[in-house]
Amino acid sequence: MKTLITCTVNGEERTALADTRDTLLELLRDRLGLTGAKEGCGNGNCGTCTVLVDGAAVCSCLMLAQEAPGHDILTIEGVAQGGALHPIQQVLVERGGTQCGFCTPGIVLSAKALLDATAAPTDAEIRHAIAGNLCRCTGYGKIVEAIASAAVAMKGQ
Amino acid sequence: MRDFVYERPETVNEAVALLRGGDGRLLAGGTDLIPQLREGRRLAARVIDVKRIPALAAISTPPEGGVVIGAAANAAAVAGSSAIGRDYPAVAQSARLIGGVQIQNRASLGGNICNAAPSADGVPALVCHAAQAHIAGPAGARQMRLEELFAGPGRTRIDAGELLVSILLPPPAPRSAVKYLRFTPRREMDIAIAGAGTFIRLDEQGTIAETRVVLASVGPIPLRAPSAERTLAGERPTCPLLEEAGRRAATDARPISDTRGSADYRRVLIAVLTTRALTDCCRQLGIVIETP
Repeated sequence: MKTLITCTVNGEERTALADTRDTLLELLRDRLGLTGAKEGCGNGNCGTCTVLVDGAAVCSCLMLAQEAPGHDILTIEGVAQGGALHPIQQVLVERGGTQCGFCTPGIVLSAKALLDATAAPTDAEIRHAIAGNLCRCTGYGKIVEAIASAAVAMKGQ
Repeated sequence: MRDFVYERPETVNEAVALLRGGDGRLLAGGTDLIPQLREGRRLAARVIDVKRIPALAAISTPPEGGVVIGAAANAAAVAGSSAIGRDYPAVAQSARLIGGVQIQNRASLGGNICNAAPSADGVPALVCHAAQAHIAGPAGARQMRLEELFAGPGRTRIDAGELLVSILLPPPAPRSAVKYLRFTPRREMDIAIAGAGTFIRLDEQGTIAETRVVLASVGPIPLRAPSAERTLAGERPTCPLLEEAGRRAATDARPISDTRGSADYRRVLIAVLTTRALTDCCRQLGIVIETP
């Protein structure tokens, strides 16, 4: 069955004809063409489908598209403003906190949810914030350093 | 995945009416249900989203004391609630153990309970606090002790036409403390190989007047450890006593061997975790347990 779904994505009201069974991830990727969020495991273990729903990091593969109306959804496509990378993205680039890049959209959004709520997180808080995001390339060290450095950069803004 | 109708009832009665057809599945956080539907492990003609129902969504403090946690309240809301953090810190800490941040932002406490996994991290601290479960169904509302709600792995005593509405935690008794500890190979995003929740209440002389020891992942349901509790009752907490209680808890456990750990390993973990959780309860009550 098809159904019309309207929700706010990256600050814009978007309407799409979706299948009633679509997950939020399928709505974003297949109906709205926002392919930044990826499907990895499809059951909430890898975090590569992470988006922010009303500012909170969630796995978009574990939420139905039909649950989205009334919520404010931020995907990786909405993080850079006016062509300028967000400080988290900028620092991940500068510090080599990304290799193959598959996990990076999810990592950026998990880090953004953390830094929006906690201006100066500890290493333990950073590691907790990205515990639900698997990266098979970097070993996490550079990601943790980059997020800590982004926190400092964002404080200066 | 088979097609389904998505329903979003606003009241408990509407949800009960939707369940009457027998082909509905309740959706709160969806962290288990959605993969199960996608993988064909569960079928549903109706998916009934209960997050709009105020009684299931809210965490409230009734005038008579205690706290009522709506079954659809997510783990992050439980962990972040000031009332829970103040009076039931072990419940808040347990909610922070469920999955990672993304899961905690969606997964409900009621789902953690109703999945009836023996490893559910949310359950032992609630049982330690003598939680009551409020259940609604076609015959009306009923209440039962949370620890009696579990029937086996993945099975509860909530009937097919019923739903869990909320969990009531009675006001914590003076001179009492609760702690839950679990062991996982990874620090986060993992399932407990074994877990132990402990509750002690001291009398005015400092002897243990009441205790509950609740074991996770070492039986078909979250288990009370009666011989550990008998060991503690009426005694003053000392290091040898808490170690003996740990050894007793290991004999109360009924673990199986599986890919995550052998039965023998689980028993050893239970002894250590029980002693440590009891030691932490004493610490919370200002008693330093000297370890040899």
